[in-house]
Amino acid sequence: MNMQDTITSLLECSFAPSHVEVENETHRHNVPADSESHFKVTLVSEQFTGLPLIKQHRLVNEALAEPLSKIHALALHTYNPDQWQQRQQTSPESPPCKGGSSAS
Amino acid sequence: METIDRIKQQVTENPILIYMKGTPQMPMCGFSSRTIEVLKSYGKEFAYVNIIADPEVHRALPEFSEWPTFPQVFVGGELIGGCDITLEMHERGELEAVLNAASA
Repeated sequence: MNMQDTITSLLECSFAPSHVEVENETHRHNVPADSESHFKVTLVSEQFTGLPLIKQHRLVNEALAEPLSKIHALALHTYNPDQWQQRQQTSPESPPCKGGSSAS
Repeated sequence: METIDRIKQQVTENPILIYMKGTPQMPMCGFSSRTIEVLKSYGKEFAYVNIIADPEVHRALPEFSEWPTFPQVFVGGELIGGCDITLEMHERGELEAVLNAASA
């Protein structure tokens, strides 16, 4: 299973999401061509209702602890179904790379 | 001083503090860059630690904060989140009150 699929299935198991999108954004970064290092997750789940953002992100970080130890960056956008509707089902774009990956 | 004590001192002594890659003048990562832009937009004084220049803090902070990625924004000694949360709070209009409370 590639990293994208691993992350997707972990999120599906942990959050019963009504929407989950895992994008591999590695190609936008200053890393070797075949690496899997930068990902963006958009996750919509009823479980996030009423939780502060920091708690929502901590839950996701916990669920993804194993893959997170292998990747470099994770952009994370969590919503409950109502918020997702209000946003018209779009999450923010990730920022462009500034080259710091190789220094970490 | 132990690294962990240095971190404790940094988050205690600075009401608004960002651990980032690079400096506010020259961020080395798109996520750090975007977060800095938002912080600057409020015109408040904030402190920063460049984790590329301080590898000990780079290693020790994720364990201290139980947060795996950078940047990390601390307000009033508490982690409020990384890039995505800071931007989301900014968009929702919640960030200013949090920053005001810390620097008052």
